[in-house]
Amino acid sequence: MPADIAPGDVSQAKQSPDSAEPVVVFEDVSITFDIKPVLDNISFRVQHGETRIILGPAGGGKSVLMKLANGLIRPDSGTIRVFGEDIARMRETDLFKLRARIGMVFQESALFDSLSVEDNVAYRLHEDRVPEEEAHNRVVEALQFVELANTIEKFPSELSGGMRRRVSIARAIIAKPDLILYDSPTGGLDPITSTTIIDLVIKQRDVSHTTSLVITHRLQDAFLLATHRFNQQTGKIEPIPNNGIDDSTKFLVLNEGHVVFDGNTHELVHTDDPWLKEYLS
Amino acid sequence: MPFVSPEIFAKQTIASVQEYSILCWRAVANLFSRPRYWADVYTQMDSIGVGSMPIVVLTGFFTGCVLALQSATSLEAFGSVSLTGNLVALSMVKELGPVLTGLMVSGRNASGMASEIGSMRVTEQIDAMRALGTDPVRKLVTPRLYATVFMLFFLTIVSDAVGIAGGALVSVTLMGLNASSYFHNSYRALQYGDVVQGLTKPLFSGFIIATVGCFFGMTTKGGTQGVGKATTQAVVYSSVFIIIVDFIVSRAMIGIFGR
Repeated sequence: MPADIAPGDVSQAKQSPDSAEPVVVFEDVSITFDIKPVLDNISFRVQHGETRIILGPAGGGKSVLMKLANGLIRPDSGTIRVFGEDIARMRETDLFKLRARIGMVFQESALFDSLSVEDNVAYRLHEDRVPEEEAHNRVVEALQFVELANTIEKFPSELSGGMRRRVSIARAIIAKPDLILYDSPTGGLDPITSTTIIDLVIKQRDVSHTTSLVITHRLQDAFLLATHRFNQQTGKIEPIPNNGIDDSTKFLVLNEGHVVFDGNTHELVHTDDPWLKEYLS
Repeated sequence: MPFVSPEIFAKQTIASVQEYSILCWRAVANLFSRPRYWADVYTQMDSIGVGSMPIVVLTGFFTGCVLALQSATSLEAFGSVSLTGNLVALSMVKELGPVLTGLMVSGRNASGMASEIGSMRVTEQIDAMRALGTDPVRKLVTPRLYATVFMLFFLTIVSDAVGIAGGALVSVTLMGLNASSYFHNSYRALQYGDVVQGLTKPLFSGFIIATVGCFFGMTTKGGTQGVGKATTQAVVYSSVFIIIVDFIVSRAMIGIFGR
């Protein structure tokens, strides 16, 4: 059962997406499950328009960090600010309003298996009482973005793992969120399908410049994100010319609940940290 | 099953009672604020109420039949076979109708709620719902709670009616009693307090079925095995609570109405 009885504090003004203040701020965040510390004094910031790739070995606390960023779980100590609001101390009812600005893609897609693809993607629109015709048009648009317009009447059980992940992305972006959280969008997928998913993440980044957090286990996915861009003229993903890297893409590497690295692609590639060098090799 | 220290066991039990109480409070209170999911309430009414009709009718009917059969055998020793109608009506309306209907609906629906919500829990659909800005208690628990309480009330009336009819069938065809006398005695036996007692119990049973089923669903842990465990626990706990609360309500009603 979600714990939502913490005292509320929503008096702070809502932050505009264009504000200079970071979209996500973690300050000394720690969380322990049973007796095992999962995250220990984690601090980092994600600026507006930034794509933050979260890397690290399995069991390093990446998914927990993602759930903390959306208020799905609460830290034992520390402060988490999203759009300027302290979500660690917000009531669940206030978090529901804040989450309207956040899209999330879950590790196993987490589509509602009793609803069709259309109803899954339109879930948030139906909650907001958007007229049926407008909701349908927006669902078609979102499904076209993930190149799955032909699956609109199907059910999640009829789709492959990669297709489910793409529907999940469509569900996350349909309300045009200001922050997107991708929890291992390529986890458990074959390399070709993984590349298709990362292409969609790049396309979303370069078309709408939405701030995002992306967890991945695959280094090649991370470097694909850093070195490629979406060409709006050709509608294709292509390498950034002259071996360039995307300035808005930054990295956070976690290991055993600690931040091992926080910086840009260039700094990551030229790191002196022996553990990180071995991890990247 | 590993043994835990009494202290840890006590803490876990108190924490569970606290979580259950908060869930119950929120499930009830949600009806008094927006958004309300009326479509889900009607869907659950159909699934819980209409869907449980066959088992409730069959259980009620054959309980009435066997009650008539057994009581007639005992009453014959005192030369009072004609009182079979009284006994069947009083037993069905005050006790067996509400309790058996509650237990049957618990077996069918508390398990269904625990497994459905539990599956959603372990596949992160509950978290997805929260991430999409929907309160899962409001969307999943509140409709089930109000639908169960509302429909169990009417299911109990149906069970009472078919139970008395089943008793009549046995009394007339196997005991050779007069149908008119049977129904007349049944009607005369029932007083206002009996009917109130019989129709108060399903309100409590419905509350127990929905809240216990949803509580175990919402607290499911440990994958598909956890879903199986939650389902079993939901049926066991709700059935035991129904019988305990039945005793408490019976005692309270006897205190109020004197019978």
